[in-house]
Amino acid sequence: MTDPRVINAVIVGAGHNGLAMSAELARHGVDHVVLERGAVAQRWRAERWDSMRLLTPNWMTRLPGWHYRGDDPHGFMSAAETAAFISSYAAQLAAPVRTHTAVTAVQPDGAAYRVDTSRGTWRTRLLVIASGAYGKPRVPRLAAQLPPGVAQLHAAQYRSPAQLEEGRVLVVGASATGLQLAQEIRRSGRPVTLAAGEHVRLPRLYRGRDIHWWMHEAGLLAQRIEDEEDPARARRLPSPQLAGTPERATLDLQTLRAEGVEVVGRLVGVRDGQAQFSGSLRNVCALADLKMNRLLDGLDSFAARRGLDAALGPVERFAPTLPAAPPKLMQAFGTAGAFGTVIWATGFSPDLDWLQLPVFHADGSLRHDRGLVAPGVCMLGLPFMRRRQSSFIHGCEDDVRELGALLLAHLRGTPGRRRWGADIQPFSEAMPTSG
Amino acid sequence: MTPTIDNGVNVQALLGAREALTAQPAAARFQWRATSEWQRGTHSRSTIESFHGLGAEQKHRQPYRYDTDHPEVFAAADNGATPVEMVLVGLAGCLTAGIAAVAQNRQIALRSVKATLEADMDLRGILGIDAAGVRNGFEGIRVHYEIDADATQAQIDALVAQSQKRSAVFDILANPTDVSVSAKKV
Repeated sequence: MTDPRVINAVIVGAGHNGLAMSAELARHGVDHVVLERGAVAQRWRAERWDSMRLLTPNWMTRLPGWHYRGDDPHGFMSAAETAAFISSYAAQLAAPVRTHTAVTAVQPDGAAYRVDTSRGTWRTRLLVIASGAYGKPRVPRLAAQLPPGVAQLHAAQYRSPAQLEEGRVLVVGASATGLQLAQEIRRSGRPVTLAAGEHVRLPRLYRGRDIHWWMHEAGLLAQRIEDEEDPARARRLPSPQLAGTPERATLDLQTLRAEGVEVVGRLVGVRDGQAQFSGSLRNVCALADLKMNRLLDGLDSFAARRGLDAALGPVERFAPTLPAAPPKLMQAFGTAGAFGTVIWATGFSPDLDWLQLPVFHADGSLRHDRGLVAPGVCMLGLPFMRRRQSSFIHGCEDDVRELGALLLAHLRGTPGRRRWGADIQPFSEAMPTSG
Repeated sequence: MTPTIDNGVNVQALLGAREALTAQPAAARFQWRATSEWQRGTHSRSTIESFHGLGAEQKHRQPYRYDTDHPEVFAAADNGATPVEMVLVGLAGCLTAGIAAVAQNRQIALRSVKATLEADMDLRGILGIDAAGVRNGFEGIRVHYEIDADATQAQIDALVAQSQKRSAVFDILANPTDVSVSAKKV
């Protein structure tokens, strides 16, 4: 085949988002290809720790026309099961996936886009970025100041406690990942310290039901970003402290402390071979407790309004997180009893180095209006991109339908730059909108 | 929404500033200043007058002067607050201003806000008495508020928590700050 191959749509990434968009485009008869650097659901196959499970229960894990069919609706899929779930969806769709085809560059090409890959070049009118929100590990700048003898790894490189040196482990970050790693490493017998900044505390079960059942039923997951008072803040919120275990156990700072994990404040500095922790631990715990209780108040009102009280367990309130007084403010690296390993559970950014379009903010983050990046270009799967559930597996259905409609309008030349939202402007006169 | 309660904080101006400074980060760069002159013994007098912000030099309505000294139990003249006590003054002022502003924004009328601050210190630190684990500064600070307002306990807790979250002095005390001191012979 000669380069560039011409096509109407290129989807980058064969995870759940890319496949769902593939199904949507196929439904409308748009010829397209799904370019995948590895195998289908690559990140679930190869880039997460061994014991990782979804935070959403199986009954909730569904894609357009595809859902969990096993006998454990209230369980949580492992990473391998999630990969299998997504792969069988791809097989069922017979999606046009080109595996082991890494996109190396995307550039404007007249009214279209040129997509260079490790296996040739495409020219496309539409580009769908479905390479995920969690591709590039984020590590704070002060990582560079750690003494040389200290082993450092990001949660993306962590697989199991067996890979760690003996000695105390400092886990930095109090989202779902940080807490799960701290618990697993502690249970392997190692001493663990968890550094916690602002975080979101949630019980796994509330009044006998999964917290995500509540969030779903009460309509919180479907809430739209434009209805948020402070959208930037809503998007920045760390993932709630949850784990998907067979016991459906709650995982919070209290749980960890009861298992012997030392909880300290945010890691704020490194000086003279010592880690320095913020004295704000009490307040971030108080903020998380207050926020959780406000959420539970709201869920209780919802249950009462809906007449669900009889079917549910009694109203519960959980003990406040009272930090050990006073929390440790300093701890040495390297020497006996000190930190030998630091694990950065400090989040991810999308890996978009290949996207050579003027669509980035000064801080390197993607500029977009609810997923619309540029004329004919959309992103999928960012946290709270269009709705709170945008980064959830089931959340792609609504986003793909709505963004798919806009892509189709662009392809068919339906008039109206307006449809792309006020923020979306063509890059230059050389590349006009279809309108 | 038109404010119906008034704690005397111009929240509209604060929210306006937040919006303006989001667009113009350079104007958000402030510099705070103090000058200080030794009087006698452990007594110093500090003056606060100018600062920089919003892209220009600024001035307080009038200069403010503060005396610091050590108490008589240190065999000093006690011409003013101990410097460590001034730190508590700063923390109380900052947190309480935050409470008033957050309350205003949340339409909570305040009738009275009283704070008691306590800070523990082991004097062996500053006296250079060799004792493992003793630092010069505070071992910890405790702040207790008594607040009379049209609000539930949970709303009051949220005011106080939000105020800490947005407080400069709380951050200065809870997190490390790079401090450099230089001197010139004159």
